[in-house]
Amino acid sequence: MAQAQLPLETPLSLPGHPKAWKWYDYFTFNVDHKVIGIQYLVTAFIFYLIGGLMAVAMRTELATADSDFLNPNLYNAFMTNHGTIMIFFWVVPAAIGGFGNYLVPLMIGARDMAFPRLNALAFWLNPPAGALLLASFLFGGAQAGWTAYPPLSTITATTAQSMWILAIVLVGTSSILGAVNFIVTIWKMKVPSMRWNQLPLFCWAMLATSLLALVSTPVLAVGLILLLFDINFGTSFYRPDAGGNVIIYQHLFWFYSHPAVYLMILPIFGIMSEVIPVHARKPIFGYQAIAYSSLAICCVGLFVWVHHMFTSGTPPWMRMFFTISTLIVAVPTGVKIFSWVATLWGGKIRLNSAMLFAIGLLSMFVLGGLSGVTLGTAPVDIHVHDTYYVVAHFHYVLFGGSVFGLYAGIYHWFPKITGRLLDERLGILHFVLTFIGTNLTFLPMHELGLKGMPRRVAMYDPQFEPINFICTIGAFVLAFSIIPFLINVLWSWNKGKIAGDNPWGGLSLEWTTSSPPPIENWEVLPVVTKGPYDYGIEQRKGSTNENEEE
Amino acid sequence: MGFSGRFGTMEQIPAPIWTLTAGIVVTLISFWVGQHHGLLPEQASEQAPLVDNFFNIMLTIGTALFLVVQGAILLFVIRYRRRPGDEGDGLPIEENLPLEVFWTAIPALIVIFLGIYSVDIFQRMGGLNPGDHTLHTMHTPEQAVAVVAEAPSKTTSDATALLAAAPTPEIGIGASPDVQGKAPDVVVDVTGMQYAWIFTYPDSGIVSGELHIPVGKDVQLNLSARDVIHSFWVPQFRLKQDAIPGVPTELRFKATKVGTYPVICAELCGGYHGAMRTQVIVHTPEDFEAWRTQNQVTATAPVISSLSDRHIEEIGVTPQLVAQVEAMTHHHSPDKL
Repeated sequence: MAQAQLPLETPLSLPGHPKAWKWYDYFTFNVDHKVIGIQYLVTAFIFYLIGGLMAVAMRTELATADSDFLNPNLYNAFMTNHGTIMIFFWVVPAAIGGFGNYLVPLMIGARDMAFPRLNALAFWLNPPAGALLLASFLFGGAQAGWTAYPPLSTITATTAQSMWILAIVLVGTSSILGAVNFIVTIWKMKVPSMRWNQLPLFCWAMLATSLLALVSTPVLAVGLILLLFDINFGTSFYRPDAGGNVIIYQHLFWFYSHPAVYLMILPIFGIMSEVIPVHARKPIFGYQAIAYSSLAICCVGLFVWVHHMFTSGTPPWMRMFFTISTLIVAVPTGVKIFSWVATLWGGKIRLNSAMLFAIGLLSMFVLGGLSGVTLGTAPVDIHVHDTYYVVAHFHYVLFGGSVFGLYAGIYHWFPKITGRLLDERLGILHFVLTFIGTNLTFLPMHELGLKGMPRRVAMYDPQFEPINFICTIGAFVLAFSIIPFLINVLWSWNKGKIAGDNPWGGLSLEWTTSSPPPIENWEVLPVVTKGPYDYGIEQRKGSTNENEEE
Repeated sequence: MGFSGRFGTMEQIPAPIWTLTAGIVVTLISFWVGQHHGLLPEQASEQAPLVDNFFNIMLTIGTALFLVVQGAILLFVIRYRRRPGDEGDGLPIEENLPLEVFWTAIPALIVIFLGIYSVDIFQRMGGLNPGDHTLHTMHTPEQAVAVVAEAPSKTTSDATALLAAAPTPEIGIGASPDVQGKAPDVVVDVTGMQYAWIFTYPDSGIVSGELHIPVGKDVQLNLSARDVIHSFWVPQFRLKQDAIPGVPTELRFKATKVGTYPVICAELCGGYHGAMRTQVIVHTPEDFEAWRTQNQVTATAPVISSLSDRHIEEIGVTPQLVAQVEAMTHHHSPDKL
């Protein structure tokens, strides 16, 4: 406790203490959580662009049934690394590393994370991991899918596959270090005046996310290191002809990688719970239900992984058990959706870019969630497993969900991070293009999968050509939708309208400091006098008081 | 429906009649969508109608939920949008216990129903009965022994011999309730390899690159893989099962409709995964007998019809591999058993 409280007594005015960071500080081993948050966000966004270009190349290939644009092995390398980058180098680091690091200390009234050096170390594991992944293309690129199932992964482009494994183990280590830091920070460092039921829901979501990451990530590391040994050192953990078992890998992989879905969506749910009340001018509906449903998703989410293996080497009881556990996850997820919809009711909704992306997420996540229920049942999954129906589903939850949520977060907190507002007209254009592009790309994929098109193919049955062509057009719309966003960010960062400390009238603690916040966040730590979502409560109290006076 | 109804009573603006109408419209649309979506291919196995009915039920419920939630979002966004000049806050409503219990309990009941129903469907599909041991008269132990005895043969690796001698599959889709305890009418050994399916008929020694089966007969496919994991999928049968190196698996079904359907590899198996396609021809019983007789006679003719020149040139299926496959499959030929 004494150590955790130490930063509270460190005054900003110490001699030699910098007042603000210079641009080059963002390229150094800086321990300020805000610098690290920005480092994560910017690095992740660069990887998002790289992964997006791979997707555009794949969709170009798939505009026609024949394999005529990319070499099929290169197609598989793009497919593998698109998935890997979007998960491990974009959504996870942007949501957890970026927003988590930037916002958690600000939201709980702390001057930094509990372990600042560990935090910087966790970030600096990412650039070498990313470099390793990109360098693997010199050796053909990993081609066995982001799932890297053996035996395929042990016999295809093995040098690149080994580099891929090392890259994932590095970011996995980063994720574990980050998780420890978040748990301790949230547990120990919130301002004493903040009660647990005044903790912003983003922090509850980060707590659930970190617990999940801490339990599941080591299992992935184990699975991958054994794979690395099989590829390079002649072991036979997964080699059936030498007594190994390929199914074990799938269990180890999905024990992490299903929870990884929640690692990518729980922080986004947290962002939703912050953005919606501020712009709807309403208290969040069902604070406790949302907080506890994050923890429920975190617990149940650890016991659903076999639904990725319903057509694999799994016995009947397993297929049935995991059907039921998977379906249960729909309940806490539904609670969140309904609570956000109810938060809109009776509000005074500001339809700005941040809110449009949040509402867009709400709308599309419903579809992704419902298709997820159909996929969770073994009888239907046996038909649609490994088809474009699955691709459609996870892009609705990961693009329509996570990426929309990240955009909502960027539009919402950009003024806090930079001190300047993003341009609303460009923001709305960005939203409209992204919304149209997403639905055009991913909605038709449901039909492709149900009708018989498998996923991860560079060439396919010509009967699916018309629908695929629509998806490809959608992908190009999505690619172009980035342009107004990039112009907006680059222009507004330098020349945008000055935001002021609290442009949205938010009540959580990050809005009580200047924009951008000073090093160590506050001159004098804030005192929590009301809840983070008490919109309209003062107003109502005020009006009743006036009435009483009359 | 009750959802919007409660919102109605909370503010008393949407009249109950309005809510009731919306409820009826949503219900009608959902039922219509559930029956007329046209998203599934034709049904050609006895499992297909089971899967489709279940999917249609989920689609009906899903459409209703989708419409209610999207409708609520749209309605609220339009109705409660901030008017210019209004800088005030909305209604400070923080919770409503009955409403929260309602929207936790209804989805919970729906998923419990779906969970129980999916166990029932899965049981009727034969999903709870893979490796129904009483029936493997076609796969005598002697056959396995014979293959093991020839294991050191030059054209097959030890691994292949091990795989061929692998025990009865205990994973996959097994006997549906009406054929439980009975031997299947037709057994086919299905081998996946980069990038082809090889179908071997142990009782006749026929080796084919296409699957030929009789309509209405109880067919068992014993799936194995030679190199990497593949997945056997016939969309019109609604059946899929991975073929896994070292883990024998099976699919047991009755085709219900004469015709030709695609056989697709659904598990990523390499660069030409997308080209790993062949077909299943569902014959009338007479045609199937004719096909069998004809192919037994011409067993020495080139058999792997799916390995076209295109495969050999583009995919790199070498003549050696074809020879290896044929040598392997000849272990099953009747004169050697």
